[in-house]
Amino acid sequence: MDVEIRDIHKRFGAVRANAGISLRVTAGTIQGVLGENGAGKSTLMKILSGFQPADRGEILLDGRMAHIGSPADAIRAGVGMLHQDPMDFPAFRVIDDFLVGRPGGISLSPGQARRELQAQAEHFGFSLEPNREIARMTVGERQQLELLRLLWQGAGVLILDEPTTGISAPQRETLFAILRQLAAEKKTVLFVSHKLDEVERLCHRVAVLRQGRLVGEESAPFDTAQLVRLMFGKEIVVSAPRSTAREETVLTLEGIEVEDARLHVGPTSLEVRAGEVLGLAGMEGSGQSLLLRVCAGLMSPVAGRLLLDGHDMTHRPYRSFHDRGVAYVPAARLEQGLVPGLSLTEHVLLSERHRGPLIDWKRGRAKTARRIHDFNIRGEPDNTVESLSGGNQQRALLALVPDPARLLLLEHPTRGLDVESTVYIWSKLKQRCTQGTAIVFVSSELEELLRYGDRVAVLFSGRVSAPVSAALTSVEELGELIGGKGLEPAA
Amino acid sequence: MTGEAILAGLSGVLAASGPLVFAAIGETISERAGVINLSANGVIVLSAMGSFAVGVATGSLLLGFLTGLLIGALVALVVAFGNITLRQSQVALGFVLALVCRDLAYFLGNPFMGASGPRLSSLPIPGLSRIPVVGQLFFAHNLLTYLSFLLVPVAWYFIFRTRQGLVLRAVGERPAAAFARGANVNRLRYLYTVLGGALVGLAGPMFSLSMKAGWKGTISGLDGIGWIALAITIFGAWSPLKVALGAYLFGLLQWLGVVLQPHLSGIPSQVLQVAPFPLMILTLLLVNIGNAEWVERILAGLPPRIRPAAAGLLRATRVSPPGALGVPFERD
Repeated sequence: MDVEIRDIHKRFGAVRANAGISLRVTAGTIQGVLGENGAGKSTLMKILSGFQPADRGEILLDGRMAHIGSPADAIRAGVGMLHQDPMDFPAFRVIDDFLVGRPGGISLSPGQARRELQAQAEHFGFSLEPNREIARMTVGERQQLELLRLLWQGAGVLILDEPTTGISAPQRETLFAILRQLAAEKKTVLFVSHKLDEVERLCHRVAVLRQGRLVGEESAPFDTAQLVRLMFGKEIVVSAPRSTAREETVLTLEGIEVEDARLHVGPTSLEVRAGEVLGLAGMEGSGQSLLLRVCAGLMSPVAGRLLLDGHDMTHRPYRSFHDRGVAYVPAARLEQGLVPGLSLTEHVLLSERHRGPLIDWKRGRAKTARRIHDFNIRGEPDNTVESLSGGNQQRALLALVPDPARLLLLEHPTRGLDVESTVYIWSKLKQRCTQGTAIVFVSSELEELLRYGDRVAVLFSGRVSAPVSAALTSVEELGELIGGKGLEPAA
Repeated sequence: MTGEAILAGLSGVLAASGPLVFAAIGETISERAGVINLSANGVIVLSAMGSFAVGVATGSLLLGFLTGLLIGALVALVVAFGNITLRQSQVALGFVLALVCRDLAYFLGNPFMGASGPRLSSLPIPGLSRIPVVGQLFFAHNLLTYLSFLLVPVAWYFIFRTRQGLVLRAVGERPAAAFARGANVNRLRYLYTVLGGALVGLAGPMFSLSMKAGWKGTISGLDGIGWIALAITIFGAWSPLKVALGAYLFGLLQWLGVVLQPHLSGIPSQVLQVAPFPLMILTLLLVNIGNAEWVERILAGLPPRIRPAAAGLLRATRVSPPGALGVPFERD
């Protein structure tokens, strides 16, 4: 089925997720849609699959105007989407999940559905036990189930949003083989990804999105350097970092493995020295957050050892980490870092280890005023945190970090901040480093990772690379590493 | 105690648990769709009063019972509107409605206090009621009690064996995924909240027009039953069979409290009256132990050879509510 989208606009509050995107894909094509996180890829695909309405724009299928206002419309029109998180029901069994959304009468006739499921699964070489609980299956298996369901629904246009996140290498090869087969059957495949090597291997054509706009279209064979340039925008000269690293080791990870319902990270072994800055690179959801939370003592690793200044801290509670001078600054400022509704003074008082039933407001305000001055926050001690701008919230969060700290764990410390704030915050952080504080930070800004990190470790689908020296790495090289190049695929 | 008396007592337990069965299964249907309707207790008191009043005024049992259904459905409609359309807190809204409906019932019921109204008579099923033991237990009740028996397998079959039931569960489990497959999530939530509410509403007239016919300012055993129904819904893991089991277990425990009291003179009677409540709380605790954060921490520390088995065991003892229970569905 030919797909054409014309001038799609979508806005979320102040963010322009899609700003006039037009694209044509002919039947039988595997079309890559490439871009960083937040480039607007998912939004565009959700619009095409009826999950979200566009503010403006048109969708044409086989040259005819299609009115896709809901997923029900999209299904009728033959458009099916495989979401980044499989859109299934973890509490259900495979067969029940398979049946949700299937038209028909009152009776489910599970016997027939079971036979159809098994026949389809065999056709594609999957093994899906109809009675298994979805929650116990791997992301890859859940994805296979979704794929079968969409095809069985009669999808002629198949959208896959970051389908290789969290699946194993053999599962990925199976998936790619099926996608090629489907394209040969004249189905249209839209493959959304930020992984360069996959797009290069699989796709016939690729469209690159950046900040809600289509910034370029390329055809196979692809020029990697050109794709990186399109994805990340203009090149920026990287200044050589001045290292303040010392000899003594602050943080040691020995074969650490950590997992949540989605992802397994590790085994990871690395050391961070006093005064050193280690950057964690990788597309969002590759495991950076989990790793950082383990270092902060907020999660227990499932394997390995974690040492702080030589003391074994594995499975110790958060409080012990805190006592050893570990401070964690999460990415979600208002959700996890600050308490909306409380003033700056109340935050300063909350972060004190001062015991006693009464609050000394006068002293608290004076202390807060000092911090406000030190961290150049635009606000008053009595202002509530949500009334501050994003940059000032971030400074406030850093102003609350105990001083001196031994290890700072920062998640996207400058996300959404302008250049001035970024430079200011890093000057404050680097000042800490000269006092011997070690920093581990997560960022999606390649320039930031290379400019302020001494070394950068890259995470890719839960695997952690050996750290590379920031001084010897270019933005392009790092971009390729993040896209999965150079990392051996796990068996 | 003679066998005859025990049989009569058990038969009474089955009948007396009827309102609880209706209310808890009604609540189960609503919560399966993702909407917690906390108003149940107030609704039951109000529908008991309302259907009695209509019964007195019209002399019609049918109209009386329909009033009960209607009151339940209307209050549920308010809950659905507040939660689904206005996106307000289900807990706050339901809780306030529970109190308002109850007080409204006491206030509006004054003129009908002590009035004599119609009463649903028992309807032994010819032939079947003659079967020894079974006949007296199951086939010598009134129409509504038979319906409460029927409701259990019907609700179970609907939820677990029909296409509509599957979509109902899907909507409460993960509305975004149900939506992605073409379900109209909010319309279905309205439908099942109102349907569930109507069933809850039926519990009221089962008191005032049947079991304990009349209105004397209240009815003993009426106020509070809605809260029990809410607890049983959870205790019964949102499955009509287990929910019904919980309802009958509760009825049985209450009856035992009354029957055993003379024989257990050492134990204050209040203990036996209250015992069913802590027993249910204990069950809830056991059922939810696997969700605790410290349990996860212990699990993570176990050697990898034991970990999957231990996690599996905990998962098996754990009951998980509908995934999106109490969460409004938003498309963006």
